[in-house]
Amino acid sequence: MPHPSDQEVVPAADQPEQATADQAAAGPATGGASTSPHGSAPALRPLEFLRWAWRQLTSMRTALILLFLLAIAAIPGSLIPQDRVDPSAVLLFEQRHPAIAPLFRHIGMFNVYSSTWFSAIYLLLFVSLLGCIIPRLRVYLRSARARPPKAPRNLARLSAYDTWTTDAGVDEEVERARTLLRGQRRRVEVYPSDGGTVVSAEKGYLREAGNLVFHVAVLVVLVGFAVTGLFGFKGSVAVIAGQGFSDTLTQYDDFTPGARFNPDGLTPFSFTVRHFHVTYDTSGAGIGTPLTFDAALSVTDHPGAAPYPYDLQVNHPLQIGGTSVFLVGHGYAPVITVRDGDGHVAYSGPVIFLPQDGSFTSFGVIKAPDAQPAQLGFEGYFFPTARLGPGATPYSAFPAADNPVLSLVGYHGDLGLDSGLPQSVYVLDKSHLTPFKAAAGRPRALLLREGQTVELANGMGSVRFDGLKTWVKLQINDQPGKVIPLVGVLAAIAGLLCSLFIRPRRTWVRVRGEGRRTVVEVAALDRASGGDPGAHVRQVAEALRPAEPKEPQ
Amino acid sequence: MTETYAHLSNNAVYSATIVFTLAMIAHVAEWALARQLTAPLAGPLQRALVPARTAGSGVVDGAVTGTSAADAAGSGDAHAAAARDGDDLERSDRFGRIGFGLTVLGFLVLAVGVVFRGIAAQRVPWGNMYEFSITGCLAVCAAYIVMVRKYDTRWLGLLVTGFLVIVLGIAVIVLYRPLTPLVPALHSYWLMIHVSSAAVAGGAYTVGALASVLYLLRRRLERKAVEHPDLPRTGFLWRTPPAEAIDRVAYRVHAFAFPLWTFAVMCGAIWAQYAWGRFWGWDPKEVWAFITWVAYAAYLHARATAGWQGRSAAYVALLGYATFLFNFVGINLFGSGLHSYAGM
Ligand code: HEM
Repeated sequence: MPHPSDQEVVPAADQPEQATADQAAAGPATGGASTSPHGSAPALRPLEFLRWAWRQLTSMRTALILLFLLAIAAIPGSLIPQDRVDPSAVLLFEQRHPAIAPLFRHIGMFNVYSSTWFSAIYLLLFVSLLGCIIPRLRVYLRSARARPPKAPRNLARLSAYDTWTTDAGVDEEVERARTLLRGQRRRVEVYPSDGGTVVSAEKGYLREAGNLVFHVAVLVVLVGFAVTGLFGFKGSVAVIAGQGFSDTLTQYDDFTPGARFNPDGLTPFSFTVRHFHVTYDTSGAGIGTPLTFDAALSVTDHPGAAPYPYDLQVNHPLQIGGTSVFLVGHGYAPVITVRDGDGHVAYSGPVIFLPQDGSFTSFGVIKAPDAQPAQLGFEGYFFPTARLGPGATPYSAFPAADNPVLSLVGYHGDLGLDSGLPQSVYVLDKSHLTPFKAAAGRPRALLLREGQTVELANGMGSVRFDGLKTWVKLQINDQPGKVIPLVGVLAAIAGLLCSLFIRPRRTWVRVRGEGRRTVVEVAALDRASGGDPGAHVRQVAEALRPAEPKEPQ
Repeated sequence: MTETYAHLSNNAVYSATIVFTLAMIAHVAEWALARQLTAPLAGPLQRALVPARTAGSGVVDGAVTGTSAADAAGSGDAHAAAARDGDDLERSDRFGRIGFGLTVLGFLVLAVGVVFRGIAAQRVPWGNMYEFSITGCLAVCAAYIVMVRKYDTRWLGLLVTGFLVIVLGIAVIVLYRPLTPLVPALHSYWLMIHVSSAAVAGGAYTVGALASVLYLLRRRLERKAVEHPDLPRTGFLWRTPPAEAIDRVAYRVHAFAFPLWTFAVMCGAIWAQYAWGRFWGWDPKEVWAFITWVAYAAYLHARATAGWQGRSAAYVALLGYATFLFNFVGINLFGSGLHSYAGM
C-alpha cells in the first residue's frame, strides 16, 4: 500500500498556462527541432518530459537517493586532507603521493565541500526540497480547515477494528461516541451513513505543519550559512606579546573575505597583547596538558577611544561590534640578534617559531638580508624544556619554558629574496646558501641558551639569543547574519518534534440499528507509521462498550 | 581524596562489567530454555509475551499438582509435553526476569562508576574514549530500561547486555586511561550539553540498531514460516513480538534519537564557534556527525517511501549506526583534526 504522504509529494497538477510558459522558456534547448507550424501537439513532448523530470526530481525516492549521495560525497573530505582544514597536511600528501595528487587536485578532492560535484548534489537536493515543499504547503493550507472525512464503506477491512452489539439506542451511542472523541481533543463530525450514523474524528494536523516547518528550516539554515559566508570574512594573525594589532587588511597574516565582503566595513579597532600566560598540568598522567590560557589585551574600540583591558581566553572570544577575536593558538618567539662580519646589527627582534608537537619543540627561520659581506640565514629548533636524547639530539620534555635552548644551523650566501617570487617567512630557500660546517664537514648546529652568543666561522658574524617572548595566534571573524542558521536549527528541531511525535489518526464509530439491537463498529487508521491504532481502538471500545458484554468476542 | 574516588570508580566499572556478564548469561539461559518451546498460537501476536506468560504459569500450576503418579499415568504424551513446555516456559521467563534485574543492578553500579569518575576528575566524565565509553554504556542501559518499562521490550535483553559486556570490556582492557585534566577548549557549557545529548542519542541509536537487527531476524523467521508452514515454530525468537511490532519500537527509538542528535550537532557547532571561531569547519568529526545525521534522515525518509519500508529501512538504520560508530572509533583512532585531542 503506498504511503499516504507518498501521494502528497507528487506536485499538484501544474497550471497549464504556467507549464506552457516554462516550456517556452526551455524550448530552444530541449525541443527546438520538433516545432511544427501548428505548434501545440508535438510541442507537448518536451513539456511532458519536463513535467516528468520535475516529478522525478521532487519524488521521495529521489530525495532519498540524493540524501545517500550527499552522505557518500561527504566521506572523502574526512579521509583526504583538506585545503581549508589543514593546508600543511595537503602539502605533505602531495609530496607523498605525487602520482595521484594532481588528479585529486583536479577533481577537487582537497576541497571537497566547495567542489562542483558536492555543490551539485546539495543544490539538487535544495531544488528537490523546494519542489516538494511548495505543493505540500498548498495542500496543507487547503486542508487546514478540513472536516474529518466520511467513513470508508467497509470498516471491518481496516486492521484496527472492533464491533459489538448493545441494547442502547442509536442516538444515545452516537452521542456517547461524540463526547468521548471530542474529549480526546479530536475534530469530530457526525455523518449519516448507509443505514446508520458515523462519528468521524481526526487528530494530529500539526504533524504535517511540523514536517513543513522542518523542511523549510533546513533551507533557512543553508541560506543562513550562505549569507554569512558571502558578507563576512575570516582572518588570522600571530601577535607577539607586547605588540599590537589594528584591524586593517595589511595586518592580517591571512584573510579570506566572502564574495560580497566590503573591506571598508572593517571595524577600526585595535589592541595590544600585553602578556600571555599558560599553565600546564605538572604531574600525573596528563603532564604537559595545558590547563589555562590567558591573553591580557588592551583594547581600543575605535581610534581615540579609551583603551580597556580584556582577558582573552579559549572559549571566551572578544566581541567588538560584529567582529569576534578568538584565541586559537600560541607559541614561542625567541628574541635574536644577528651581527654581520662588520659587527653591525643585521637583525634584531623576536622571531615566531611554530610549535611542532605537544611539548612545543618549535621550528623557525631567521633571515638577515642586510648582513655583509654575505647574507645570513638560520633555521632550527627551539626547545622550551631541553633535554638530551639518545645520540645527543636535544628534545623538549615539557611545553613550559623551563630550560629554553635554541639549536640553529647557519647559512651564508644569497637568501633569494630578490628573485621577485614571494617567500614565506617560515621557509629558508637554501638553493643559493652554504651552511656553516663543523670540523667533520656536517652542518654545525649552534646551541644557544638565553643570553649566549655564538661566533660564526670565518668572522662572518655572530648570533645571540637575547631572551624569550610568546606569541598568540588570533582568529578574527565577522559573520553577519549568523543568527539565521541558529534560528533555522531551532525551528527545525521544533518542527521535527511535531513531525515525529504527533501521529495523525482518523477514528470512525459507526452505529446502526439492527432489529432491536444496536450494532457499534469502531475503526481507526493512522496516517503515519510508528503508531498503534489497534491499541486506540481497544481503548475506545473499552470506553463505549457496555460494562458486561452480552456476547463474548 | 581524588585517588579514592578514581579507585572506587574503577572498581565500580569492573563490577558493573561482571554484573552485565551475569545478566547476559541469564538471557542466554532464557533463550536456550525457549529453544524447544512452540510459538504461542495466533492472535494479537504483538502482546504475545504477556498472555503467554500468564497462560504458562497456569500450566505450571497444573504440572506442579500433577506430579502425582496417578495423574501422570492418566494423561498421554501430549499432556506430558505440555507440562514440560510449561516448565521450560516458566524457567525461561524466570531467567529473563533475573537478567533484567541484574541489568538494573549493573546500571546502578555503572552509574556510581561514572559519577565517581567525574568527581575524581572534577569535571564531566567524558574527556577521553574510556570515559566516553562508560558514559555511553550508561546511556544505552538507561535507554533500554526506560523502553522495557514503557514498551515491554525485555526481548532485547540478550542483545543489549551482549553489547554492554563487549563495549565495557574493551573500555576496561584497551581504552583505560588514568585521570587527566581537560584542555581549556573543552571547558564549556555548550560542550557539556553537546556531549551529554550526543551520548543519550547514541544510547538510543544503539538500542534502535539492536531492535532493527532483531526485527530483521524475526522478519526472516516469519517469511520462512510462510514458505514452510509445517516447520516447527520453536525458539525464543518466536516468543518476541511480531516483526511489525519490533519495527514500530525501533522506529520510536530512532524518532526519539534523531531530534536529539540534531540538537547535539547544533550545540557542537555553537561550541566550535566559541572555541575556534567558526560554527562548521568540516573537521573529520564534524563530517561524520553530518553523515550520521543524513543517514538517519534517509532512514526516516525510507520509512515513508514506497518500496523502502520494512527491511530496506532497517538496513538504512544499521548503516546510520555504522557511521555513528565510525565517528567514535575510526575518527578518534585514525583521525587528525581539531577534535583528535579529545580522543585517546
Ligand atoms: C528533497 C526533497 C525532500 C522530499 C521530497 C522530502 C519529503 C518528505 C516527506 C514526504 C516526509 C514525510 C514522511 C512521513 O510522513 O513520515 C519527510 C519526512 C522527513 N524528511 Fe524530508 N524530504 C526532502 C528533503 C529532506 C531533506 C533535505 C531532509 C534533511 C535531511 C529531510 C528530512 C526529513 C526528515 C527527518 C523526515 C522525518 C519526519 C517524519 O518521519 O515524519 N527531508 N520528507
